[in-house]
Order: sequence, then structure tokens, then C-alpha cells
Amino acid sequence: MEPRPRSFYVLAGFFTLFLLFLYGPTLTIGILSFQGPEGGLTFPMRGTSLHWFRDLFEQQAVGDIWGSFRRSFALGLMVMVTTVVVSVMGGLAFRKRFPGSLVLFYLIITSLVIPSILISLGVGLMFSQTRIQVHWATSGFGSQLTWTLPFGLLIMFAIFNRFDKSYEEAARDLGATSWQTLRHVVLPIIAPSLIGVALFGFTLSYDEFARTLLTAGSHNTLPLEIFGMTTNVTTPVLYALGTLTTAFSLIMIGFFLCITWWSAKRRAKAGSDAGKGMV
Amino acid sequence: MEKLLRNNTFSGWLMATPLTIVLIIFLVLPIIMIVVVSFWQATEFSIIPAFDLENYEFLFGSPVTYKVFLNTFKYAAITWFFTLTIGFTVAYFLAFHVRSLTWQIALFLLCTIPFWTSNIIRMISWIPFLGRNGIANSALISWGVIDEPLEWLLFSDFAVILAFVHLYTLFMVVPIFNTMMRIDRSLIEAARDAGATGVQILWNVIIPLTKPGIMIGTIFVVTLVMGDFITVRFMSGSQSANVGRLISNDIALLAYPSAAATAVVLLLTVLIVIGVLLRFVDIRKEL
Repeated sequence: MEPRPRSFYVLAGFFTLFLLFLYGPTLTIGILSFQGPEGGLTFPMRGTSLHWFRDLFEQQAVGDIWGSFRRSFALGLMVMVTTVVVSVMGGLAFRKRFPGSLVLFYLIITSLVIPSILISLGVGLMFSQTRIQVHWATSGFGSQLTWTLPFGLLIMFAIFNRFDKSYEEAARDLGATSWQTLRHVVLPIIAPSLIGVALFGFTLSYDEFARTLLTAGSHNTLPLEIFGMTTNVTTPVLYALGTLTTAFSLIMIGFFLCITWWSAKRRAKAGSDAGKGMV
Repeated sequence: MEKLLRNNTFSGWLMATPLTIVLIIFLVLPIIMIVVVSFWQATEFSIIPAFDLENYEFLFGSPVTYKVFLNTFKYAAITWFFTLTIGFTVAYFLAFHVRSLTWQIALFLLCTIPFWTSNIIRMISWIPFLGRNGIANSALISWGVIDEPLEWLLFSDFAVILAFVHLYTLFMVVPIFNTMMRIDRSLIEAARDAGATGVQILWNVIIPLTKPGIMIGTIFVVTLVMGDFITVRFMSGSQSANVGRLISNDIALLAYPSAAATAVVLLLTVLIVIGVLLRFVDIRKEL
């Protein structure tokens, strides 16, 4: 292998700085959340303790953190499942050039680029004018879908752009119906990539703020609760909460990545027997 | 039934139905609602259906509007410049200088993980850095660069831009890296064989071939910054304004018709910008 050019080391340094920029602040509040009981929002650390985490579990004066966490988690799962199902169906639909597909495509792009506060405002107005109560599981759920579905569909487009159509043709030549082709050929092939769609669905919903602002109703989701805290909480309890939800996000991301890795490994193991021969 | 399903139009529509329903209820109808309400009148307690241009007259008659729109474009332009420079450099390093695919994927994932964590937490996490007694100020003082803590680090335009770059650079890294990975390596070898220097290869081969990725990243960054209201509010300590904050302030005052009118203008502005950018790239081909 040829020796690395000098530019490699410069760029590697730049990349390291970028990672530091990306993760440094989060690590800092991770450290500061272990402040002693006397400590403040900045360094120096006045001792180390779990005081602020304990605060989070005990005092409920800061709001309904656990209730909002449960709601965010449930909503995340709802959005995740819906995003996967609707994106797969949408992705399959776009493989056929049906009339109106271009309009639908531009709607997806609009959904992606529209400022979040417009969805919040529009859905909120629509519900209030028709006298339907806004609720995180109805209006909040739908508003979040306008953010997760475009990502899900873009991933589906990417998957189907790389999809080898000859598998389907082979199935059809062997007499499979279109449903059988879908069920036994297409879906198993794209299944691992759907984990990615699920990851986007869950995490984007779990952290969504702007689109749920006016559509969550009287029960807050976790990001709304945290935002409420930023205006009136000035102790490291804010950092403790931030550390916990970031840790939770990281666990979920790790979980999804592990499934992807595991399914890729399983597939490699069970891989093709082409060329191994029966005779 | 089987015959119907084999008909592309029918099965296409069938598969697209759930998506269409969601987008109509939660995207199209809300936009229509906003457009309708932007012509309504507001009293202190309620909003009244009407057809009135007052909201728009007020919006376009106020010098604040132009200032705020200008500020929004300023944020978008500066953030775009920094995210593009940083994002391109990072993607270029990953795509052309990291040699094994495993490392490329691992480092790429490391760049994208923050995208799946909370934006609000990531904004809060700048407080210990930029605050009056924060790490930046203490470091600068101990190095003797400054005597007094800098006041403009947190709660300023500087902090807003910093947070934008921090939050949105990955939207540049991902599409640019994606396009770079699809560049045929033999083109670069050909350029080198023809005697091009590293800089010439970068400028005449890689950058032109990376343009679609740059465009997609630009679309993401520009729309996210233009539609933002929370980063500006939080990082400027309510001292700066962009269009999103204009809307959210009106909402807080329950002045929905006025918020709706601003929202319509913002949406049109964003769509025009995107319409122009989309002329340079076919998104579906680039995925």
C-alpha cells in the first residue's frame, strides 16, 4: 500500500476536532450532572455526587418527568411502527409509475422542508376550529409522522434504487403470485434496511419538539417538559435529566445497530449456495 | 382481484393510500387552514372568520418584518457556509482518506449518532462552555488572552450560529459522503495518470461530481435554519429574532391570524428557495 500523504494527517486532525466539537458539550454536561449538592451549572466541580439524579427521582416539583417519559416512549413506538409500515407501502408504490406519483413525491419533499412550527400551528388550528381536543396520541402523533415519513421514504427510495429486479422476475417465472413474490422474496431482502427506518422513526419522534409544541395537548412529551425546565430550572438537575435521556437515546441507537449487525451476520452465514453444486 | 393487483395504477394507488391520507390530514389541510386563518381577524380573546388583508398589510408595512427576514437569511447563509466547509472536509476525509470500509462505516456512524439524540439537550450542553464563568472564558483568561470574561459568547448571534453549525453539520456530511462514495475511483486514477495534482483532482474532478450531495445538504441546512425558532430563542437569550420566532411570539399572544400570515410568507419563501435548489439536483436519482 502506498504511504499516506501528508494531507491525511491534517484531515485526520480536523476530523478529530470535529468529533470533539460534536461530542464535547454532551460529555461536559454528562460530567457536570455528577456535581456535588453545592455545585452550579459550570465548572468547577464541587465534589461528586448522585445528588441531582436523586433529585430527579424524588422531587416532583419540576414537573411530571416520568409521565412525560412514558408518553414519549409510547409515542416513539407508535410513530416507529407506523413509519415502517407506511414507508414500505409507499416505497413499493413508487416503484410503479402510477398517475399522481409526482404530486405525491413533491408532497413528501414539502413535508420534509416545511418549517416545523407551521405543522404545529396548522394542526393546532385545525383541531381547535373543529373543536377536537389536541392530544399527543392523535394530533401529536400525526404531526410527528410528517417529519418521520419523509426520512422513511427517502431510505426506501435508496433501498429500491439498489434492488435487483431479477429476483422478482425469477420468482414470477417460477409461478409466484405478486403477493407471494412480495411476501417471500422482496420483504425478506429489504428487511435489514427496515431497521434503519425504524431507528429514524423512533428517535426522531422521541426528540421531536417543534411539531408537538401546539399539538400535544395538556400532557407534555419529554422534550416539551425539558424545554419547560430550561426556563425555570437553574440547577444541574437539568444536566442530570439531559444525561439520562441522552443515555437512553444511545441505548436505543445501540440496540438498533446491534440488530442490524446481527441480521447482516446471520444473512452472511445463511448466504447463497450458488456454485456449491448439488451434483 | 389478482388481475387488478397486476394493474400498476391500481396497486400503486392502493399502496400509496396510507401515505396520502397522512399527508393530506397533517400536511395539506393544516397548510390550507393556515392560509385561510391568515385572512381572519383577531380580537383579544378569539379569532373571527373574515376575509381581511389586514394581517398582510401589517406584516408588509412593518420595518421589523424586513429586518427579521433579513436576519433569517443571514443566519441561513452563514450557517450554510460553515456547515458546507466542515461537512465537505469531513466527508472528503472519510470517503478518500480512510481506506477500509469497516472504518469508513464506523467513523461515519460516529458522525451521525448525535442526529438521533435530542437537539434541546445539545443546545443546553453549550451553557458550561460559553457561560460567563464557562470553560471558554476561564481558558482564555488563564492563557492571558483576555482580562475580563467575554459577554458575547452565550446569548448572542455567535452562540446561535455555533449551535446551528453544531446541530446541522451532519446534514451536510451524510449526503456529501453518500455521493462521494459513488464516485468511480478510476476517474481519480485517470486524472492522476494525466498529471493532475491533488488540488486539481479535488477542484476539477471531486467537487463537480459531489455537487448533487452538496445540493441535498444545502436543502436540509437552509430549510432547517430558516424554519427554526427554538435555537434562536434559546441561544440568543431572546435577544435576536428570526421569522420562526416572530410566528411563535404571535402564537404565545394567541394572535393566530397574524402568526398565520407570517407563516404563509415564510412557507412561500422556503418553497421558492427549495424550488431553485431542486433545479440543480434530481433527489430520487441521487439516493
